[in-house]
Amino acid sequence: MSSQRIDNFGKINREKQFRFSWENKNYFGYEGDSLASALLANDIRIVGRSFKYHRPRGIMSCGVEESGGLVTIGTGNKKDPNVRATSQELYEGLIASGQNAFPSVNFDLGSVNNYLSRFFAAGFYYKTFMGIPPFEWGKGTAVWMFFEKFIRKAAGMGRVSRLPDPDIYEHANDFCDILVVGSGPAGIAAAKEAADKKLDVILVEQDNFIGGDQLSETSFDSNNALAELRSLGVRVMKRTTAFGLYDNCVLGLIERVKDQSNPINKELPKQRFWIVRAKHVIIGSGAFERHIAFNNNDVPGSMTVNASKHYLNRYGVLTGKNIVISTNNDSAYGTAEALVKAGAKVIVLDNRENLNSNLTNNNFEVRNGVVPYNINGTREIKSLDIADSVNLTYKKIDTITCDQVLMSGGWSPAVHLLSHRGVKPKWNSENQCFIPDKAKENITMIGSARGIWGKDDCTASGIAGALDALNRLGISKTNYFFPKQGGWKNSIEPLYEVKYKKSRSKSFVDFQHDVTCDDVRLAHREGFISVEHLKRYTTLGMANDQGKMGNIIGLSLMADLLGKEIPDVGTTTFRPPFTPVSIGALAGRSVGKHFMPLRTTPMHQWNLNNGATMIDAGLYQRPWYFPKKNETINDAYIREAAKVRKTVGICDVTSLGKIAIQGPDSTEFINRVYSNAFAKLPINKTRYGIMLRDDGLVLDDGTCWRISETEYFMTTSTAQAGRVMAFLEELLQVRWPDLKVNVTSVSEQWGVAAISGPKTREVLDECLEDSSVISNDNLPYMGFISANLKGGIPCKIARISFSGELGFEIYILADYANKMMDILWNSAKKFDGCLYGLEALGALRVEKGHVTGAELDGRTTIDDVGLGKMASNKKSYVGSAMRKRGVLSAEDREKLVGFFPVNKKYTFDSGTIICEKNNIKGFGIGRVTSVTHSPELGHWIGLGFIKGGVEKWKNTIVIGSDPIRNKEMEIQVVSPHMIDPQGKRLHA
Amino acid sequence: MILIKCPYCGERDHSEFSYGGDASIIYPSLDAPQEEWVKAIFFRENIKGIQKETWQHINGCRMWLEVERSTITHEITSIKPCHKNLQKVIDN
Repeated sequence: MSSQRIDNFGKINREKQFRFSWENKNYFGYEGDSLASALLANDIRIVGRSFKYHRPRGIMSCGVEESGGLVTIGTGNKKDPNVRATSQELYEGLIASGQNAFPSVNFDLGSVNNYLSRFFAAGFYYKTFMGIPPFEWGKGTAVWMFFEKFIRKAAGMGRVSRLPDPDIYEHANDFCDILVVGSGPAGIAAAKEAADKKLDVILVEQDNFIGGDQLSETSFDSNNALAELRSLGVRVMKRTTAFGLYDNCVLGLIERVKDQSNPINKELPKQRFWIVRAKHVIIGSGAFERHIAFNNNDVPGSMTVNASKHYLNRYGVLTGKNIVISTNNDSAYGTAEALVKAGAKVIVLDNRENLNSNLTNNNFEVRNGVVPYNINGTREIKSLDIADSVNLTYKKIDTITCDQVLMSGGWSPAVHLLSHRGVKPKWNSENQCFIPDKAKENITMIGSARGIWGKDDCTASGIAGALDALNRLGISKTNYFFPKQGGWKNSIEPLYEVKYKKSRSKSFVDFQHDVTCDDVRLAHREGFISVEHLKRYTTLGMANDQGKMGNIIGLSLMADLLGKEIPDVGTTTFRPPFTPVSIGALAGRSVGKHFMPLRTTPMHQWNLNNGATMIDAGLYQRPWYFPKKNETINDAYIREAAKVRKTVGICDVTSLGKIAIQGPDSTEFINRVYSNAFAKLPINKTRYGIMLRDDGLVLDDGTCWRISETEYFMTTSTAQAGRVMAFLEELLQVRWPDLKVNVTSVSEQWGVAAISGPKTREVLDECLEDSSVISNDNLPYMGFISANLKGGIPCKIARISFSGELGFEIYILADYANKMMDILWNSAKKFDGCLYGLEALGALRVEKGHVTGAELDGRTTIDDVGLGKMASNKKSYVGSAMRKRGVLSAEDREKLVGFFPVNKKYTFDSGTIICEKNNIKGFGIGRVTSVTHSPELGHWIGLGFIKGGVEKWKNTIVIGSDPIRNKEMEIQVVSPHMIDPQGKRLHA
Repeated sequence: MILIKCPYCGERDHSEFSYGGDASIIYPSLDAPQEEWVKAIFFRENIKGIQKETWQHINGCRMWLEVERSTITHEITSIKPCHKNLQKVIDN
């Protein structure tokens, strides 16, 4: 092949030159070029290497169906692999390189695979696991594990950048009456017709110019067409791909906004991911031209016929000088005329022996009843062997010297978007293609996507499509009809594979994945005869192009082998996306610190100002620890926990869930929800409660306060707050509609500080207007009262302790939370107090054997965590019947215990498996869930579970096995209440 | 991309809602025997066709809804509040 730019052809802007780099060399192209056309204009033939055999591959099409010209764009953190050169717009400074080749696409060491191809036939991965016959040498996991890293390295095409993507991607939403996909003659006609009826119309075109196939016509002016559409009010979105069609006419679009080189608009995103809701979708997505399978049909220089016409009339590139066109249908003749006009020598091979209608002006030679048989040449086409197609017994008859072979094996309508909706296409044997079936939803197919070939017919189908939409939307009632499918003067004759006589042919069905006709036959021999199995076994129709060119050829081969017709073999289902979508576009702005929303407590800034290091707790950020100079996290939390036990500490615990429960039936409601007794909770008292799920496992724990006869205040854990709220709403709305109760989430309305430690009373004496309200008589353990902080700030004080020390929780209106922290901290400082975070909070609760999410992990029962005695036997509550199920009350269930290392200098980690001595295996007999250093005991301690619990194992030495960290140590089982088991401190 | 017409808020994207479960279950009373609860909690029909299910408008009015949806096409044929008296309240 020798391709070149020629004068007087094409629509590129020859006034504006772009410099670009290919494989580290500089070249020039023009504004309006695609990367593929610019490469062809510079006579670059080999642009990549194939997947398995590393055969040289050139540009094979002119659009998104491309399966040969896959390249890498950009370098460093802007590297984008597997980009189709055919749909990549050229821009100034574009950097592109070939892929799957070392050291370069022109000389690739991997091409040795081509000679080893018999080892890489279909299913070679799977066969690798089975070993090499006759002795199944290499069978088994170990060998696979060894080879895996080499196979993984060899597999795949381009290499992705491992650096963070510096570009911005956006999400956007839109609505319209009618969305038209594709701007070919049908799409433009439909958009015009709908806009004419004053409807809000969006026209989506993946190309940077509108026009579709008309861009290959010399007379067509894309800019005029665009201006006309815009003047009618059509919203035209260029460079935008409709990649998926979803329920209720929702479309996913990707708009390519900014090219990598554009330095001016830094704020613009690289791509925009649109979710558009239309009332009706009209799809004019066109059709793909198929190639023909014959030996060596992949040599650079082979291309689909229509692509060559696009390169000529759109880009001014003549793709060859001596061109052989092989066809089985009429569509190739227009291209032949155009190529001759541009100065190429053209021979048309038509497999049809007799044509009713003359298609030529005798400007080129036509040989009827002849098919291509074999391409000679490896890096470029030297000549083409041709064969007689009589009776389909292909016999080589001649060799033609040429530099390009164009193929047209028929056209496949792009039914992808309709297929996304589960509408299976049906086979039309007259036109040898799958055509769309009628959709029940508001979707209309038009143009060649409907199987209509003629341009005028396509335009008519666009108008009919718009009227169809109007009728189905109930806007107007007009009679319309769609032109008949097809439209060629002479009917197409099937031509999928020209069988090569010699063994080991390379007749490619799928260029991108190196799937040959022999691979399809091998799959058939080995029993993979359903199309879905065929696809997975041979990888036919996978990857980037999803078999847009080759799928039908594979189906026809399988049909032939099975002695069936193509429709009886069926077709695989197309699923979104239509073309690859970058992960960055799907993520949009949800990256980095915007990955998820941030919830802050009202004293968030106060915590930061006072030196907190924060930690994510669900969506919340909570103070983790408050390091002093040079302190590590361990130094800090051990100091904080020790301070709480010795003097006093203050902690922000606002993130707890808070629910207001009101109504005459509140008591009944509370009593049904908690597993422990609540009916007799006095006013101004609070109680610790445990909720179960319907299946009898623990849902959550928390406290519940009785404010009045008919009003309660519930707290939940941070993690389960949302779930508990939704569950309470479900109970009231779905199951117990007779209960007169209202629940309201008030989590955001209150700020909460926990203050605990032996000096708590001294601190609060200074903080409250009247400190007598919290005297032991006035506010006993588990009581709560209303009080005023100094300055007359109202608050509620509950005597609740999570740390095991004398402690209070102070609830205040969120707006006053910072003031509260100032008041408390100013006082606590005087008593050698501290601020403490989540890590110290955890240390204190582990010492006391209090459970949290690590223990209440959705697998444990109330008995497992040692709280079974709390559950009421006198009432029924949510989960009461199910918690008594056999499996949940089995003798050998894992029960909560404490763990001490036998050697007190050592520590162990959460997740450690507990095993019996001399029996270290499998899942063991228990596990460690929480670990902390206990300042009180002076060594590391843990909470966890063991089969049989404390009763069975108290003071026994077991083995903690940690195979991931390769650790093993002796651990002593103790009671989970490791400090102050009688709770004397609480009542101080 | 299902659209759900909340009786209170109007037509909204399904991302505002959270799926509940099978709406055809009649939950036994709390003091019912374990066997009844086992049946209600663990046994589900795997329906191909119209299915009754609950959804909560979790990022909206928080109402629990009973929705009839086709498991084949996602088509929704009926939506009403689970709470028997709520529809009357909305209508007034």
